[in-house]
Amino acid sequence: MGEGTKGRGQETINDKKTMEKTRVIVGLGSCGVAAGAGKVYEKIRAMKETENLDFELKKTSCVGMCYREPLVEIVDETGTYLYGEINEERAVEIIDKHVNQHSPVRDYIIQSDLFETSDKSFTESQVKIVLRNCGYIDPENIDDYEARQGYRAIKKIAGQRISRYDVIQTILSSGIRGRGGGGFPTGLKWKFANDNKSSEKYIICNADEGDPGAFMDRSVLEGDPHSVIEGMIIAAYAIEGTGGVIYCRAEYPLAIKRLNIALDQARTKGYLGKNILGIDGFSFDIYIKEGAGAFVCGEETALIASVEGERGMPRKRPPFPAASGLWRKPTNINNVETFANIPWIILNGAGEYAKYGTEKSKGTKVFALAGKIKRSGLVEVPMGITIRDIIFKLGGGIQKDRKFKAVQMGGPSGGCIPEYMADTIVDYDSVNATGAIMGSGGMVVMDEDTCMVDVAKFFLNFTQEESCGKCTFCRMGTKRMLEILERISDGKGQEGDIERLEDLAYAIKDNSLCGLGQTAPNPVLTTIRYFRHEYEAHIRDKKCPAKVCKALLTYEVIADKCTGCTVCARNCPVNAIDGERKQIHFIRQADCIKCGMCYTKCKFEAIKLS
Amino acid sequence: MRIERITKEVSIDIQEEIDLSRLDPLISKYKGKKGNLIPLLQGTQNMFGYLPRVAFEKIATETGIELSDMYGVATFYAQFRLKPVGKIIIKVCHGTACHVQNANTISDALEESLKIKDGETTEDGLFTLESVACLGCCSLAPVMMVGENTFGKLTGTEAVRIIKNVRMEEIKNSN
Repeated sequence: MGEGTKGRGQETINDKKTMEKTRVIVGLGSCGVAAGAGKVYEKIRAMKETENLDFELKKTSCVGMCYREPLVEIVDETGTYLYGEINEERAVEIIDKHVNQHSPVRDYIIQSDLFETSDKSFTESQVKIVLRNCGYIDPENIDDYEARQGYRAIKKIAGQRISRYDVIQTILSSGIRGRGGGGFPTGLKWKFANDNKSSEKYIICNADEGDPGAFMDRSVLEGDPHSVIEGMIIAAYAIEGTGGVIYCRAEYPLAIKRLNIALDQARTKGYLGKNILGIDGFSFDIYIKEGAGAFVCGEETALIASVEGERGMPRKRPPFPAASGLWRKPTNINNVETFANIPWIILNGAGEYAKYGTEKSKGTKVFALAGKIKRSGLVEVPMGITIRDIIFKLGGGIQKDRKFKAVQMGGPSGGCIPEYMADTIVDYDSVNATGAIMGSGGMVVMDEDTCMVDVAKFFLNFTQEESCGKCTFCRMGTKRMLEILERISDGKGQEGDIERLEDLAYAIKDNSLCGLGQTAPNPVLTTIRYFRHEYEAHIRDKKCPAKVCKALLTYEVIADKCTGCTVCARNCPVNAIDGERKQIHFIRQADCIKCGMCYTKCKFEAIKLS
Repeated sequence: MRIERITKEVSIDIQEEIDLSRLDPLISKYKGKKGNLIPLLQGTQNMFGYLPRVAFEKIATETGIELSDMYGVATFYAQFRLKPVGKIIIKVCHGTACHVQNANTISDALEESLKIKDGETTEDGLFTLESVACLGCCSLAPVMMVGENTFGKLTGTEAVRIIKNVRMEEIKNSN
């Protein structure tokens, strides 16, 4: 079994023996920095300098426990200790107590190889293949990557003279399917690209992670960029690729920065360039193309158009990119997560990979848990685990212990799976059967305070804006569907609206050129399928059960709680609230425009929503 | 939800001198290269904060790319702005996770405090407020970026406080 597949806290003994100094490692992924990790790092650095302390200070990236950011790990001769929710004050405390006085601060430790903690259930079911290095290495240091079997896969291929066909066969046998959401067998994709002969062939990495609520790719790019680069090099070898492009969305500046550093380092060491590792005739290099803010460019033909400098509009297939892609040459496009798996599969063999997962969905998948969940972050689990386990065992359940209502999977192309179907196992086919899709891995958890009509409207709003406009059904259809949903949440729903939505949905699905149009109606279809009663409440009773759709709410003053402070009356944009100072206020329903301002402003929770 | 990309050609009253010669190194780097249009536009926007009309014309003349093609691309991608923006851009995330955690209250609070609507710039030219689809920091929802800095786990009040602090810093630094 390859190193680094186990969860944190199970470091091999070698790591401790060869270690000389105590190491203090600060997690500096984007969400760590957003939580204040940058300041924590500076504080520790300053402390180290002024007090002349003897330890190694290192940077790493996201380890997936985002709900505990900022994270600081201390590794000394006794073991490994991961501290969570460390602000500058606590940072000083742990350096002082743990490093100086050799006394770990138990209260802040969320994981250790020496004892169990309450966060155990987050990590123990995880199997880290894609995330094998994230949180363990300094992503800006190629030596760290090489120390953890980095670039050994391509060296194995070169050293053992493994043929391109054998490489493709290994990927085929592993059963890995595209992790970007399409789920197409990767080995087959490589085989098709290989079958098409040309003097110019391209490998493209799709790093345009546009699904709102998904941040798996970002973490891999920020935390272990070399794994993606090595995956691309292996792909290039397999299909005789001559040029590589990483299409990364511009909203990920840290990922782009780390990729550029990694590419330079890879070139210096000869992993990119001419006659790589002595393999005759194998020359390959990669450049980065920044996205410019278009969700549709995650679709492979639109992405290719964008790289070619055009508007990101999808193209007809066939011809498929494997035959005619970038600059009309054979092109193989894979997602970040797919590439990150490749070196591991080559090193450990297809059989090892196929041990995980279900019959038709092999391996592991990284999910981004977000929304109303207690422990939000990244988890990598073998396919076949149930949704319920992911949410309750790993995710710790719903925030504030409210009732679990639904989980949205697959982003704007996916759907909402209701609570009573939470025992569905996570694999491509089982999730597709619910009407949702596995997608890229975003899982947004919703509770009883989420309105499903509002969620459908939210997604349709997104896809409507992002529609490139080429296909009439997508362009006009999504707009019409959005209008109907807006009417419904404004209290103007009509009998027959649900049927109209369904009609439009199927028409759009059948008549769109690309995945955006073909899947945009999915959130609406799944919410109608599983939450029809909510739509009916909106349309017939003009009520929003989750109390979200403002136009359907009645705002009233709760007499017992009102202190007569006049804040609501003064802020009401239409002067619909009567009341003198220190007297109970009253909202005139006839004039109320239901903007919700009084509810927001009241400091005594004296406005009731019904 | 986005900054207005297609605007009527209004006379520019803030007539700052746009030094087009700054574009020369950028143009020579990408001239004649395949697929150069988007990096050219991105480079131009990095320099000026937006895409001035005169920049389009210079690039069209010197590279031979048709003005209509350039506008076609510039108006397709959300990243490109055809109007000048404020000094600091506030991006409020409206991705799924943030939406579920009430990102709307953040935008509402900021709109009220800054007295501008989504996509607009404050009168003093300091802030531009925009909604974006997803910043990728979902575990800290709701999230906003102010310039290069990210702030998470916000409430409306907290967001307004952060902006007020940033404004005070700016005033302090410019004095």
